[in-house]
Order: sequence, then structure tokens, then C-alpha cells
Amino acid sequence: MSGWSVEIDARTCIGTGMCVGAAPKYFQRKSSKSVPVHDHVEPDEDLLDAAFACPAEAIRVRDEATGDVLVPEA
Amino acid sequence: MTTHPEPVAYPFSEPDRLVVHPRYGELRDQGELERVQLPFGKPTWLATRHEDVKIVLGDPRFSREKALGEDEPRILSFTHRPDSILTMDPPGHTRLRKAVARAFTKRRIETIRPRTQQIVDELLDEMVAAGDTADLVRQFALAVPMMVICELLGGPYEDRHKFHHWSEILASTRSSKHTKEDIAQADKELRDYLAELVDTKRANPGDDLLSVLVETEQTDDPLTPEEIVGLAWSVLLAGFEITTNMLVNSVYLLLTNPDQREQLVQEAGLLEKAVEELLRFVPLTVGSFFPRMALEDVELSGTLVRKGETVLPSTLAANRDEAVFPNADQLDFHRDSNAHLTFSYGIHHCLGAPLARMELQVAIGTLLRRLPGLRLVAEDELPWRSGSILRGPSSLLVTW
Repeated sequence: MSGWSVEIDARTCIGTGMCVGAAPKYFQRKSSKSVPVHDHVEPDEDLLDAAFACPAEAIRVRDEATGDVLVPEA
Repeated sequence: MTTHPEPVAYPFSEPDRLVVHPRYGELRDQGELERVQLPFGKPTWLATRHEDVKIVLGDPRFSREKALGEDEPRILSFTHRPDSILTMDPPGHTRLRKAVARAFTKRRIETIRPRTQQIVDELLDEMVAAGDTADLVRQFALAVPMMVICELLGGPYEDRHKFHHWSEILASTRSSKHTKEDIAQADKELRDYLAELVDTKRANPGDDLLSVLVETEQTDDPLTPEEIVGLAWSVLLAGFEITTNMLVNSVYLLLTNPDQREQLVQEAGLLEKAVEELLRFVPLTVGSFFPRMALEDVELSGTLVRKGETVLPSTLAANRDEAVFPNADQLDFHRDSNAHLTFSYGIHHCLGAPLARMELQVAIGTLLRRLPGLRLVAEDELPWRSGSILRGPSSLLVTW
């Protein structure tokens, strides 16, 4: 496995729409929250940039090969 | 050529205390967008329904960047720069936002809550020691956000009077005594000041936000000196007087709504919800700003917005939409959900929202706890701001 996994914690997400606006390819609106379009994606800096910009730190991106958490930073 | 209705002047009136103009409610009920003319720029559509405002703010068919220039419908005379975090579209916006986002996450902001508490306590100690009446604006509400943002950004608090001076001039509307030249001059002085401050951080970095931004100069995606100054400009101006004004209006509402205040005193756990409700309820500015341009034809509540036309999203009208907030004109600290748009929505959602929330919670919670007898000296004689885009009392004489 060489891809990344993307999750949004629905309890933490406050629905600012930040990620949907920054990277509509990877995030979409669902009722008042944001959800990933795909749970598994190919590595892409645009996704990381959008994930880092979440004011609620609700987005988690993991490297599936190494298990490293790329976002949020420790 | 489509013909549009004759635009009406906007803002609808000079501000009257914190009264929301009834025209917003009529427009929400009526559904169609209103054609309005702001003091500067071309006529524009005005959106008032929560659903429409959210589309204008969050849908990529609308662009903030494309609405800029001399034609941009605006309340303030100056034209917004196209290279600012406040005005850019993706991907340029995402790059700038990423550079500062990590300083403002909820988790990072929690780490400065204890220091904020200390600042608030010390200001109240001084205020109480100095007598039994005080101007809560000058002695408290101006100082809290200024001290916090200076420490976070890495700006010297000794220069607060300069920051205040520039901030006040940059918020001037057409009815103020400041000319267009005064505003341009204040903008230049602030930018020159910040550029010098950035140079000192480059020589002597600390652990503040400016130093972090300067450090990006060593990475493979460096910010330019101009971008760093631009970000500092936005953070400083947004982090200071707007928060002050929100705090002043919150205290004013609590002191003039004894039932709600009593609920908050009796139930300290209500504080977070109360702050959200105050954020929803307070009309913080004299009108709406930051229009978006439609990149294609979009229909909103029966009005066809043509490609190339602009729409002004009224978050303050959306915050009173009965479809989302039952009894919207009531200040109600027990709302279960509070999807207000005070911090905007989408990619321009306020970067400093976690900071503003934390500051308001600490300042309001501590004021009510430490000064249980707090009251206005003369409610009927309160001076109100004029000539500024911000609305609220310009001083708040209190006793306790």
C-alpha cells in the first residue's frame, strides 16, 4: 500500500467549509459537516495543505505504508 | 443587457445602537435578492437568507478575488489588495492560510488560555484598585485583545497607541473625519512599521508568529517579505479592534439583559454557549462587506445572478434567519445548535475564531465572576461609535 488515508472526526468538525473550499477534489459537504470524498487517496500536497488549514484540527491524514500520521502534526 | 431594479442605498441607515434594520427581515421573507448601492464601487446584489449567504461564501462558483478593484462594492474607501489572505482564491489563498493556520488551531489557542486569564485578572485588579467606576472600553476591552495579539504575533505592547491609531483610521467610513489620504497614509505607516519589525525578527527570532513566518524563508516554499508583512497586517487588525468591539457589545448586552446575565451567573457551564449566542446576535459592523463575483450564472432564491455580477453576503442578516434560528431576535443562551456565520464560512472562515472565542470566554466569564455587582452608570447616555465600520458603544462607564 502506498496511499494515504483521510478521515474527518465528525465530533470535532465544526463545518467551517475550509477544506471543501480549499480542496473540493478531496472534501465535500454533508449536511452541516465536511466529509472526505474518498477514504484512500494517492499522495498529494494539495490535500495536506487543506488538511493543515482546518481550524478545528478535525482532519487526519495517515501514510498507509508507514502508518505515520501526517496531519495533524504531533 | 439585463435591466435591474434601481439600487437602494446601503447600509440602509446610520446605525441605531444594536438594532438590526427591519429591511433585512423583509428581504429574507420576500426571498429575492435586493439591488443595493454601497458608498463606493458599483451596485451589487444583497443576499440575506442563511442558505444563500452560505452558498455565496462557500461555493467555488463565487470568487472573492475577482470582485476586487475600484468597482468592488464597499463601505470603506480603500480598495483591497489582491495579494492578501482576506482576498485571494485558492490555490494562492491556501498557501498563505497554511503558513499561519497552525498558530490558530483550537489546541494551540488553549495553550495561551492561562496567560489570557492572567492578563484579564491583572487588568481587573488595576481597575478595582483605581476606584469604583471605570470605562470598560479603555481600561479593559481595548487592552485584552491588544495584549494577547501582541504576544502571539510578537509585536511590542508599548506601541499599542500606534496600532490603535492606525486601526481606527483604517476602519473609517465616508462619514468620518479621516480623508482617503489619511487612510492611505495610515496603511503605509503600518506596513512600514511591520516591515521593520520583521527585520528585527530575522535578526533575533523568538517563538512568536512573526518569527515562525520569517523561518519559512529557509524552506522550499518561502514567504516573501511582502507576504509576511501582509499576513501580520491582517492578523493584527483582525485580532485587535474587532475583538474589542465584540467584547464591548457583549458586556453591553449582558448589562442590559438582566435575565440572560443571571442565567450565566447561576450556570457558569453556560459560558461557551452564551459566547456563541452573543457572536450570533451582535451586529458587529454597520453593514456587510466582502462581496463575491459569480463565475457563472447562479440562481439564488429566485434571483438570477449573472456571471460577472457581484453578491454581498449579509452574515448579520443570515444570523437572524428564522429558518435556522427559531425566535432569532431573542438572545437565547440555551440554543442547541448555533450555526451563525459571524466568522464567515468556507475558505475565508475567520482564522482567529478559536482565539476570539477563547478571549471572549475568559474576559466575560471573569468579569461576571469577579464583579457580581457590575452595572452601567448611565445607560441612556452611552456614546456610540460613528464614522467607523464597527458599531457599538465607544465607552462603557461602569460601576460595581
